[in-house]
Amino acid sequence: MDLKDLYRDVIIDHNRQPRNFGRLEGADAHAEGFNPLCGDRLELFLALDGERLKDLKFEGKGCAISVASASLMTEALKGKTRTEARRYFDEIHALLTQPGHVPTLELGKLAALSGVREFPVRVKCASLCWHTLNAALDQQGAPVSTE
Amino acid sequence: MNTAAKRAPGATDLAPLDVERVRRDFPILSREIAGHPLAYLDNAASSQRPQSVIDAEAHYYSEIHANVHRGVHTLSQLATEAYEGARDKVRTFINAASVREIVFVRGTTEAINLVAQSFARPRLAPGDEILITWLEHHSNIVPWQLLAEQTGAKLRVVPINQAGEVEIPAFESMLSPRTRLVAVAHVSNALGTVVPVRRIIAAAHARSIPVLLDGAQAVPHMRVDVRELDCDFYAFSGHKMFAPTGIGVLYGRKELLEAMPPWQGGGDMILKVSFAGTTFNELPHKFEAGTPNIAGTVGLGAAIDYLEALGLDRIGAYEHSLLAYATDALKTVPGLRLIGTAADKASVLSFVLDGIHAHDIGTILDSEGIAIRTGHHCAMPVMDFFGVPATARASLAFYNTRAEIDRLVAALAKAREVFG
Repeated sequence: MDLKDLYRDVIIDHNRQPRNFGRLEGADAHAEGFNPLCGDRLELFLALDGERLKDLKFEGKGCAISVASASLMTEALKGKTRTEARRYFDEIHALLTQPGHVPTLELGKLAALSGVREFPVRVKCASLCWHTLNAALDQQGAPVSTE
Repeated sequence: MNTAAKRAPGATDLAPLDVERVRRDFPILSREIAGHPLAYLDNAASSQRPQSVIDAEAHYYSEIHANVHRGVHTLSQLATEAYEGARDKVRTFINAASVREIVFVRGTTEAINLVAQSFARPRLAPGDEILITWLEHHSNIVPWQLLAEQTGAKLRVVPINQAGEVEIPAFESMLSPRTRLVAVAHVSNALGTVVPVRRIIAAAHARSIPVLLDGAQAVPHMRVDVRELDCDFYAFSGHKMFAPTGIGVLYGRKELLEAMPPWQGGGDMILKVSFAGTTFNELPHKFEAGTPNIAGTVGLGAAIDYLEALGLDRIGAYEHSLLAYATDALKTVPGLRLIGTAADKASVLSFVLDGIHAHDIGTILDSEGIAIRTGHHCAMPVMDFFGVPATARASLAFYNTRAEIDRLVAALAKAREVFG
């Protein structure tokens, strides 16, 4: 367990200056995520253009891992289709939980989340925004929880 | 200078606590975490066990175990003696009038639920009120919310101030003709506030309202005398006072317990069963259905012996000095804000650090071998009050040292480094 593997420069940067932070007026889809373990809350807003995610924004309070993960997610998924977004969800889930997982997608900066795998109690922090994304795509009304 | 004159009344003439010697009694304290000696600062969540408690449980299982209150054979008699002997130790420990007032439960949570369902529920009508404070642990909130749903009673919450102290004038003004029970923490788990329970009990009793104290965070740190406190119920857990998990105590005044119906039905809580009806056993067995956690009570008894040998006055004096040292040390950390600054505190330090979430602090400290709690501490209303999603909490026991506090401060500086 090396702290530097968890708190990589990309994570620290996206925590300090989260991209796409704020509310999206007139969002087509919206979901709330909640991590009862640490009290983190996150709101995700999607603007859709047919199948495509035209814009994503998020708001909330959380630890560096959860904020950075949300920031990286919104950056990576802008312009992607719903189907592609779901594939990223699966990919990140595998990255966070399966040792030795070989990525099947071009992850770019999202690869920085791989260090979280060595800190099992922090996996929920990294996955909160992704579960919230799933809920927004499903347009479930109820807040999602990582528990 | 006459030092004796400065001592609190009743304090005994004891040598100061020898912390290095005490630490050797706790085997887990010599282990390493992440290549560093363990600094265990999460005692409010659960404390560690001295060897004597571990040995007592092992001895019970190696030499004594059988079911209690049943057989005429030797082991059953020995097990019953061990179990009831532990009850008598608890009675002495909290100075209850009778062993009949000591009910063994799984922990504080179960004790509070028992009082809610067996004592309060039959007495509540729609519109009646239960009074708690903003400081409560979820275990002293949720059982009352469930009860309110079941009965139509209302849960009312006494406010706290910015220091994390209960607003006593507000409490007094919230006591109403509809108040049926007051349930408050003796010591706050999230902030360490020692609640002025004597004033609360006096005000409630002036209106003949019974009072339950959640003593989970009090018993490890101070001498508790239920008769001197004059409380009606007192609940606490073994695992926060150096005893095994899964064992706890409900103290209740005999006349109240006698009037309460059983909470759970089963073996051991009956005198006579037929399909026409059942005669319940006498106190405290009426509330102890099923085979109890016998080994847990034996461990609890050993933990009480350990605490008594060390002396709760000596423990309290040591912890207060360590708390003062830790408070001063944390104040030197740039950007650190202490949450909970009550004048009367137990050894709990809840804090937030500018720009670094509690969870990240917890992970960084863990990599230095330092165990603290991070999160909402099962007291989300307290977090909401202070406008923070979570805090980092260092909670100290008598086996913690100033050197460990120094390591905590150094590790917080490292957290600052990681986050630039």
